[in-house]
Amino acid sequence: MKGEVLIRGQVLVEGRGSGPLLVLTAPISFWGGVDPASGRIIDVRHPEHGRSIGGMALALPGTIGSSSSASVMLELIASGHAPAALLLAEVDAILLLGSIVAREMSHTPPPALRLDGAGFASLSGQTHATVGVDGQLSF
Amino acid sequence: MYLSNHDQSLLNGAHGDGAAMAARILVESAKLLGAERLIDVASAHIDGCLYHGDSGVHFAEALVSGKARVSVDTTLNVGALDLLNPRNVHLDDHRRDMAFRLMKAHEDMGCRSSWTCAPYQAGHRPAVGQNIAWGESNAVVFANSVLGARTNRYGDFLDICCAITGRAPETGLHLSDNRRAQIVVDITGLSTELLATDAFYPVLGAWYGRTLGEAIGVIDGLPENTGEDRLKALGAAAASSGAVGLFHAVGLTPEAPDLETALAGEKPIETIRITSEMMRAARDRLSTTSSGKVDAIAVGSPHFSLEEFRALVRALAGRRSALPFYACTGRHAIEALEREGLRVPLEASGIILVADTCVVVTPILQGIDGVLMTNSGKFAHYAPGNTGYSVLYSSLTDCVETAVAGRLIRDEEHWQ
Repeated sequence: MKGEVLIRGQVLVEGRGSGPLLVLTAPISFWGGVDPASGRIIDVRHPEHGRSIGGMALALPGTIGSSSSASVMLELIASGHAPAALLLAEVDAILLLGSIVAREMSHTPPPALRLDGAGFASLSGQTHATVGVDGQLSF
Repeated sequence: MYLSNHDQSLLNGAHGDGAAMAARILVESAKLLGAERLIDVASAHIDGCLYHGDSGVHFAEALVSGKARVSVDTTLNVGALDLLNPRNVHLDDHRRDMAFRLMKAHEDMGCRSSWTCAPYQAGHRPAVGQNIAWGESNAVVFANSVLGARTNRYGDFLDICCAITGRAPETGLHLSDNRRAQIVVDITGLSTELLATDAFYPVLGAWYGRTLGEAIGVIDGLPENTGEDRLKALGAAAASSGAVGLFHAVGLTPEAPDLETALAGEKPIETIRITSEMMRAARDRLSTTSSGKVDAIAVGSPHFSLEEFRALVRALAGRRSALPFYACTGRHAIEALEREGLRVPLEASGIILVADTCVVVTPILQGIDGVLMTNSGKFAHYAPGNTGYSVLYSSLTDCVETAVAGRLIRDEEHWQ
């Protein structure tokens, strides 16, 4: 299925990926916030507590907290519970470092795009997102 | 991106396969960060020695088998094991083995076996203005804010890559322009009694982190005798609730001898006047339960200092805890406790000393639910997600009185 190309993001990690769209409504720390073994959100204070990020096109308004979030990302990628794609409002070098290391270790990290304010706002109301070549994002 | 001859030789494998891998990861990250070049760093503190899963172990062992060695003075953050008292940690055999392999791989690369999240209290004190590459969010905040050294929040993997190459991306808090305060946090309206309460500092930090995030703020109104342990607690709470890497405190931190200097002579974009209501709300947010039943107490995030242990001994006054009471610390403090003859009275009071690790990074608490009381903003933040325990935040005195009585005791004075 090929969706309509709506926007183009800045490519942070190359690749393609597709999944149900999960837009987090608050920033999250992956360490202490996401279970590396299952991909479930375990931060009880987070609005999306209990949801799983595995296989999702995950949109993050921001990330916070621990510098161990890269490790959680690597483990998620290695265990097959990583998001299918990452859509970031801000470049998060800590999180994406997990993706860079995953590639060094011969895993395939999910694509990551940075979206500007308008791009991030356009996610509203969408249920499924696909990252294609050159940072194309379709719904 | 500009790469020096030395950077090129690292990438080319002239210093070995491990160093080349470290350099590749460093350069990739530097590009993501938008850095134009790399700079020398004087020291490193490594957070990547904590076991999160097998992939991290394989990464560290790949560096070791590539003959990678750190090229600058490098301390290690906590691991997932208490190497001094292994029975404190309840990991299955596989995880115990992998956690140990990860710790050993870092020792094999020439890192110091410090195993603490408070390296700045274990003799690792970079100078004002020095570029360093530190991981562990509380250590980053302390190094930047209290010591005036310059580091970004180096995550797992990047920290060891910087330590091996002795290089870091020239970006963020390494640059003077990015260290200027833009927001004034005015706490002069709070009572001196509240400012004299140890439990205030993590609360202010938690509020600060959630409100300011990455923005650089300057706190105006902290008492001039505010000690290092209180700044440590403030910074740790700030860095767990937000992406805080640096704060200034007028008259206390090196880059804020006065408000004007912290602001670099410019007008703040915002001044926030803190009220006691705001602090009470922030305090309440640190707890996830109001239950009167407490199952365990934990202190020492960041790791307890000798000074904090002295306060604990004074508060206990020879009484015995009726609840499991964990005090997490580094082996540097254990040695000091033994030297000062404090280990015996602490253990006689039933305090369980946890070294090299802590209760929110590895299974130490009994079971997977219950109520944990703590005086640490950082434990309060992470305990529910990482341990399953609900959390009650209060002062050290309340923790001790609750421990001795075996039921919740809280002193609400000064918070009203």
